[in-house]
Amino acid sequence: MSEIADKVKKIVVEHLGVEESKVTPEASFIDDLGADSLDTVELVMAFEEAFNVEIPEDAAEKITTVKDAIDYIEKQKAA
Amino acid sequence: MFRLDGKTALVTGASGGIGSAIARTLHAQGARVVLSGTREAVIRELAEELGEGAFYAAANLSEPSEAEALITKAEDVAGAPLDILVNNAGLTRDMLAIRMKDEDWNQVLNVDLAAPFRLCRAALKGMLRRRAGRIVNIASVIGTTGNAGQANYAAAKAGMVGMSKSLAQEAGPRGVTVNVVAPGFIVTPMTDVLADAQKEKLLSSIPLARLGQPDDVASAVLYLASDEARWVTGATLHVNGGMVMA
Repeated sequence: MSEIADKVKKIVVEHLGVEESKVTPEASFIDDLGADSLDTVELVMAFEEAFNVEIPEDAAEKITTVKDAIDYIEKQKAA
Repeated sequence: MFRLDGKTALVTGASGGIGSAIARTLHAQGARVVLSGTREAVIRELAEELGEGAFYAAANLSEPSEAEALITKAEDVAGAPLDILVNNAGLTRDMLAIRMKDEDWNQVLNVDLAAPFRLCRAALKGMLRRRAGRIVNIASVIGTTGNAGQANYAAAKAGMVGMSKSLAQEAGPRGVTVNVVAPGFIVTPMTDVLADAQKEKLLSSIPLARLGQPDDVASAVLYLASDEARWVTGATLHVNGGMVMA
């Protein structure tokens, strides 16, 4: 697993207070991890801070699973 | 009751009559208070007078970037995260609507509504994360009643109420409350300019039969800023001597 994926997982665990084992790539923040809409906004802000990237609103809307987040950040970092 | 020991508060417009009373009251209840205003000499003097636990951070809130940066600046000078935000700063550009220029409209909406929004937004980021916080926005009875010559001010103050209710709904689940204090006619340099005849007329419309004092407003702010107001959010507390019962 990549360094980015590790860090994303850690942030999700911290912010949503869920078991690390539940944070699978396919896990949906809202459906599987119990996040509400404010949680998802906070998560995106946490990603922005941790990875020093900017995630515009239209991109943020599409980040609904752990994998979405990892893919988006990896793409930004690679660019 | 109503102690604020260990809490950090930011009061905008702290150089004015109501703002300085709010700052004094919060400070007297044990809060670290950061005074903000455009007149640096005035807020510095007040901070020095209050002594320990009082700080100042000048800002011109008509500049979006200065409004945006003020929360961080306040936390830096106080050396602690912000627990209480009091959006008190405001200005008026009175003019009958048919004579009102876009500039007068925009300036009032910018300083009295957009700037408080920017400050709320910046403060909420930290408050939501910390699962605690108090925002008290100072509106006006004019936002409820309207007033000839104050279309811009009335719109901004009524807007502030709607904004606060929305923020209250967003922030409630995180233990952050957002409330409004709507003062009526308060004795300040801003109302001193009224003619005696106008004051007489005003008094006859106030059941409690006197103009308000800045401390009357400060006490209401203190309540909403305190732990004791923990189950009150999205509310507007009218402090107007009974002149308008909304």
